Amino acid sequence: MNFPQQMTALKTIATKEYLRFIRIWVQTILPPAITIALYFIIFGEIIGKQIGDIDGYKYMDYIVPGLILMAVITNAYANVVSSFFSSKFHHSIEEMLVSPLPNYIILLGFVSGGVARGIIVGTIATVVSMFFSEIQIHSYSVTLAVFILTSILFALAGFINAAYARSFDDITIIPTFVLTPLIYLGGVFYSIKMLPEFWQNVSLVNPILYMVNAFHYGILGVSDIDVTTAFVIIIGFIVVLYYFALRLLRIGVGLKP
Amino acid sequence: MNALNIKNLQKTYKNGVNALKGVDLTVKEGDFFALLGPNGAGKSTVIGIIASLVNKTSGQVEVFGRNIDTNSADVRMHIGLVPQEFNFNIFEPVGEILINQAGYYGINREEATKRAEVYLKQLDLWGKRFDMAKELSGGMKRRLMIARALMHRPKLLILDEPTAGVDIEIRRSMWQFLKQQNAKGTTIILTTHYLEEAESLCNNIAIIDHGITIEQTKMRTLLDRLHLETFVLYLANDIEAIPDCKDYSVRMIDNTTLEADVNATQDINGLFTTLNACGIKVVSMKNKTNRLEQLFISMMNNKDGDANEVVTR
Repeated sequence: MNFPQQMTALKTIATKEYLRFIRIWVQTILPPAITIALYFIIFGEIIGKQIGDIDGYKYMDYIVPGLILMAVITNAYANVVSSFFSSKFHHSIEEMLVSPLPNYIILLGFVSGGVARGIIVGTIATVVSMFFSEIQIHSYSVTLAVFILTSILFALAGFINAAYARSFDDITIIPTFVLTPLIYLGGVFYSIKMLPEFWQNVSLVNPILYMVNAFHYGILGVSDIDVTTAFVIIIGFIVVLYYFALRLLRIGVGLKP
Repeated sequence: MNALNIKNLQKTYKNGVNALKGVDLTVKEGDFFALLGPNGAGKSTVIGIIASLVNKTSGQVEVFGRNIDTNSADVRMHIGLVPQEFNFNIFEPVGEILINQAGYYGINREEATKRAEVYLKQLDLWGKRFDMAKELSGGMKRRLMIARALMHRPKLLILDEPTAGVDIEIRRSMWQFLKQQNAKGTTIILTTHYLEEAESLCNNIAIIDHGITIEQTKMRTLLDRLHLETFVLYLANDIEAIPDCKDYSVRMIDNTTLEADVNATQDINGLFTTLNACGIKVVSMKNKTNRLEQLFISMMNNKDGDANEVVTR
């Protein structure tokens, strides 16, 4: 396939993936909006008033970036893991496997769906947050970059999960037992400076901490982590996961007996 | 040029199942080729390897002279696959399934829409183009998969039991469509359990069993190996007893029906002459069973012996 043909193929997969989650918006777009509103009401309004300020910001304002990024992470991941696994489950992935599509086009096609959903849900979460908080964005470029890079990273992670998954249980285990704890312990609801030193050091192993803090910086201008270090780690993870996912496609893990 | 050339193809699955032990196949360009074998013989594994859905263990596969190991994308560009199981997203509209499939081959939406219209109309699915695939009947789903496989105009079309579960009327219309595609130059490889289908459509045939090729020849050559054909004869009038038909073995089914064996050294006209002499008039007749089916069953029963020593009854 020449390059224009490859771009046509990429556009086809990306459009298909986009239409897939838009078609079922009640399952994909609405629940995160409701969940994020509940987080603001419970953690921000009810509990947050008892907590006081963090880094000079009201607790409600402090948790806004983390909650938005949490929505981005979970939705970018969920979109790709469910879409790619469903394609395997129904064997419709064979439509792509029998075609001359290069593996990287298949991967980018699925990832673009996850990124699109991550951005749409993240934007909705931002709009919802405006009803509860009066935040001003400190750096649009950092905010947008973290927004997109985090979507890409977790879309890739979702793809790898789906490649290995053999049942629908397998695509819920990672989000439930790995992703959610990492998000909750990644500084969404607190600053790691509030932790004892030992747990601060343990927290530094959590990659989500770097994304949440880079996003904190983009919106609030404060971060527990150096922003450059955060970007290096995020981009490093993207590169590693991208090549790992390509390798899985090349070998045919979970796809070709 | 050969459309397909397979040499010593072997496949052992991770669970240890040795599905292919050495399949050799040659399919000429423009051929309508039957790939037959009992369940579990390895037909779908062979097709899966050709279509890049299964990784081979060893052996060589060439499609139009291109090796699938070194020119995989080029090979896939020339193959259209109609798999045994439905493998489309049932929650997508019929038209979108075809247009997306074309997109995977780099065909733009405008061109894909035109092609989808052509094939949907030819396969009598045009009225269903906006319906979700899950709403189609079994026969319609089979035709949808044929239309999908043709969207990129492949030179080699592989059909893995395309008419399974389809009623006879639709099956025959599908045969007609496939004959037209073959006449236009598309090489077709067909696997089927309806041996009447293979006999009616295909020029050449290969039979695989237990992962090896046990036969590859022209359909005519294979059918000539039938040493005996059994005919059912429907009579104009009632008869009371089996007539004396000299060299022909004749059995009485009921008062108006006879069953007669005609071996390779005899001819059917001689049987009619003999029956006429007995005052028996035949109004119609048919083969008791499909000829290829007779051969196939015999070959499966005699697979330890010489495949040329096929005597059927």
